[in-house]
Amino acid sequence: MGYLGGFIVTLRQRGVKNRVTTQYSGGRVYRRNKKRAVKMDEKLEKPERLHGRHVLNRYEDGMEKCIGCELCAAVCPAKCIHVRGADNDPMKPTSPGERFGWIYEINYLRCIHCDLCVEACPTEAITETKLFEFSFTNRQDAIYTKSELLVDNSGKPQQLAWEDWREGEDLNTSGWMRATAASGDANFTGVVSWSGELGYGIRPAEDKSE
Amino acid sequence: MIALDTLLSDEILWAPLLIILLKVVVVFVVGLLSTMLMVWFERKAIAGMQNRIGPNKTGPFGIMQTLADGIKLFFKEDLIPNRSDRFVFALAPFLSFVPAFLAFAIIPLGGDFRNGNGGEVTWFGHVTKVQLADPPIGVLFALAISSIAVYGIMLAGWSSGSKYPLIGSVRASAQMVSYEAALGLSLACVLLLAGTLSTSGIVAAQATITQWHVISTGIVPFIIFLIAATAELNRPPFDLVEAEQELVGGFNTEYSSIRFALFYLAEFMNTVTMSALIVTLFFGGPQPLAFGNFVFDIPLIPNALEGTLWLLAKVLVFLYVYIWFRATLPRLRYDQLMDLGWKVLIPGALGWFILLASQRMARQNEWNIILVTSISVVVMVGGYLLLQAAFTQSARQRETQGPMF
Repeated sequence: MGYLGGFIVTLRQRGVKNRVTTQYSGGRVYRRNKKRAVKMDEKLEKPERLHGRHVLNRYEDGMEKCIGCELCAAVCPAKCIHVRGADNDPMKPTSPGERFGWIYEINYLRCIHCDLCVEACPTEAITETKLFEFSFTNRQDAIYTKSELLVDNSGKPQQLAWEDWREGEDLNTSGWMRATAASGDANFTGVVSWSGELGYGIRPAEDKSE
Repeated sequence: MIALDTLLSDEILWAPLLIILLKVVVVFVVGLLSTMLMVWFERKAIAGMQNRIGPNKTGPFGIMQTLADGIKLFFKEDLIPNRSDRFVFALAPFLSFVPAFLAFAIIPLGGDFRNGNGGEVTWFGHVTKVQLADPPIGVLFALAISSIAVYGIMLAGWSSGSKYPLIGSVRASAQMVSYEAALGLSLACVLLLAGTLSTSGIVAAQATITQWHVISTGIVPFIIFLIAATAELNRPPFDLVEAEQELVGGFNTEYSSIRFALFYLAEFMNTVTMSALIVTLFFGGPQPLAFGNFVFDIPLIPNALEGTLWLLAKVLVFLYVYIWFRATLPRLRYDQLMDLGWKVLIPGALGWFILLASQRMARQNEWNIILVTSISVVVMVGGYLLLQAAFTQSARQRETQGPMF
């Protein structure tokens, strides 16, 4: 067909079955019609290792994992983390051990979601969720404080008003660590050093053999 | 007043004056609306071919997207570069915008052309045509106006006082001037058969499908006209004028705000006008589909209105074809563009014109038509071989002596 073959190619591409775009964020326009809103606001499933907003985890007994060591702040290439540790009250400790994270702030205008803080953390206190759709109307809102980052009493990430959470997105907050750590593999024969999390317990290792 | 009654021989009546005013308003509004819908249609159709959805947020199916873009452009800051020629810089968008609308004035937008009616309708007791103007020079007016549009682009680039717009506009004028020749020559084939320059006359000459000029001139003039028109409109694959990868934005790089909107509007308006012109010249304009005595008649709708519907349907096909071109074909290189224009389209159109003219002469003087055709084919082949010899000779010379300039 020579030159003319291309015309058939473009014409064949038409139609819904070839379409790669999803009706992302249409729900904001069609909020009034709930049924349509769901249809107009489909999202693709996010990859397991996606780097999103951080959470500060707790142990299964409700203790905070963060010990205020500031290693995350030290390793952060964007210098967006601000941590100050403090001594635990021996009568009413916030975290097991001597110290706890007293101030913990992440500036999301600077954060590049490189996950180096997650790698640096010795107690798996800071991990990342798959949420990346959170926008602010002022700079103050962009700085997440400890009270916003910390998981709630049931161990789930807090769903703040301006964040666009969907079903299932609060699960597997340590997905990236789980995917890359040797002990996250079901075929791993050594000692699994994974600490438990409030809300999830010790998650079983996943089969990554394929 | 002069336009209504050139010699002022009769008294001027209110009704014709109102009819003309109404027509002016309707043509202007139809022009603006069709441009708006064309931008939306193009974005939607090309999105379909690229596995996307296209605009779908503003209004139903995103149909108000152009309006939103227009409002955005209106409220943007109007920048005039320091080194620009301020007067020409301000003038250029209008030189591009006004011709786009003027050319639309001679398109027959409807009317009853059946049974030798000539497209005349009666409004308020006055016989008139469903087109703004039907000058005896009809098609030449369209050509002249489209040539004026070159000035808009040329002056826009020149007055910007910046190099990329200048390169863009130099390309544009070279391209448009060289393709105008092919456009005119393929048009001459149509005029030869229609025997008139008036657009309504050309439409009236295409009563049945075999009389449509696309068939009666042989398909070649139509193809040449389509390619040359695409180049004339600076649409892909001939959009070297605004080749983003090379020239930033081409001739309109320095333009912003409403001035840019005018260029944008003119570009799409020209596409609509050119599609309407192609339909008028080659596909019978508002004429219905008709084979011999059988006519596809839409029931219940008066014939005059039906013409508008037929025109709309045919124009839509060509608008889609232009979008299809854009989605399919990669941009030509500059030398390929010039080669196609000067070495293929112009000789092709000229040869075909001579062929048609000789046949017409033969028919009028009752000569042997087969003999005349074969002689003219032999002459054309001879001419083609001579042309090829010249091309190879010049190519060889370029290789040995380097380019001429």
